[in-house]
Amino acid sequence: MNKKLILSLLLLSLSASLLAQKAKWLPLKRDGLHDPQSPAINILQQPSEALSLLPPDYTGNQVSWVDALQENYIEPRSTLFSDTQVNTLEMDIVMGNTGEMPMVMFPHTQHTEWLDCKNCHDVIFKEKAGSNPINMFAILNGEYCGRCLGAVAFPLTECNRCHSVPRNAFTGKPGVQPNGYIQSMKPN
Amino acid sequence: MKTKSPNRSSLLLLKILLCLWLLTGVGLLKPAYAEYGDVVINKRSEKEGMRPVIFPHWFHRIRFRCKVCHNELGFKMRAGGNNITMGEITDGKYCGMCHNGEISWTIENCDLCHSGLPGLKSGVNGSNETSGPGRW
Repeated sequence: MNKKLILSLLLLSLSASLLAQKAKWLPLKRDGLHDPQSPAINILQQPSEALSLLPPDYTGNQVSWVDALQENYIEPRSTLFSDTQVNTLEMDIVMGNTGEMPMVMFPHTQHTEWLDCKNCHDVIFKEKAGSNPINMFAILNGEYCGRCLGAVAFPLTECNRCHSVPRNAFTGKPGVQPNGYIQSMKPN
Repeated sequence: MKTKSPNRSSLLLLKILLCLWLLTGVGLLKPAYAEYGDVVINKRSEKEGMRPVIFPHWFHRIRFRCKVCHNELGFKMRAGGNNITMGEITDGKYCGMCHNGEISWTIENCDLCHSGLPGLKSGVNGSNETSGPGRW
């Protein structure tokens, strides 16, 4: 009886410590990249120190970077030089050719707050809606959206963040959305 | 003898569990996860006798939008696509645009960037879901 109690307690604590391993933000000396012997270890900022203060996500850096920016948790610089033009664009694009998956809604707003037009156009994407042969194989190989998603922006396991428009609820036309934003959705 | 065997096996299980618990508690069994978007740059570093460079996207994007480095400074958005030399950095290009003592610390702090474990391969790290583009 006593042994069973100890056993179950041990099992509990083991599962707890295993869970804790998925823990957020390992210290630099245990991240598998930094050399624990490096003098930088005690000087560089630890991820937890900065990232724990930002709006949470359950994947990637465990931070919702879009929220962090839009809700002013962070104020990253847009330019280094005074004569650089800062471009942003409010334009949703709906991509309808997605097989059985919900359609994709691409919001320019959130992307151009971080990136300049030239980062994507015309090298990664042609500027005309519908003219890019985007497919998941290419994306998973790091092309098109996969240039950033799965590397520095949210991982490609988050299907429904892009495939967010249910086919039966969308009453508009795929492509550039009128007035910049998607408006033609039936309540689901 | 036969009556003793269940006891013995449960004792063994107990010992195994205790060992696992100790190992995880001490941190020996903990997997290493680089932070999402960490880039290892080791095209030249180790050949030149320095540790590989670890570039943390998370740290920099708190302070600068992507467009600053990837548009103004000309960093290509592909790990390995930038042929960075210390000569160019000293001349104020690439990292040297900020790491010049005005915006951030100077390049005399070699060890702060060259802080990686020996033998690391260049590339993007940190995703425990996809291991970066094209590597499932």
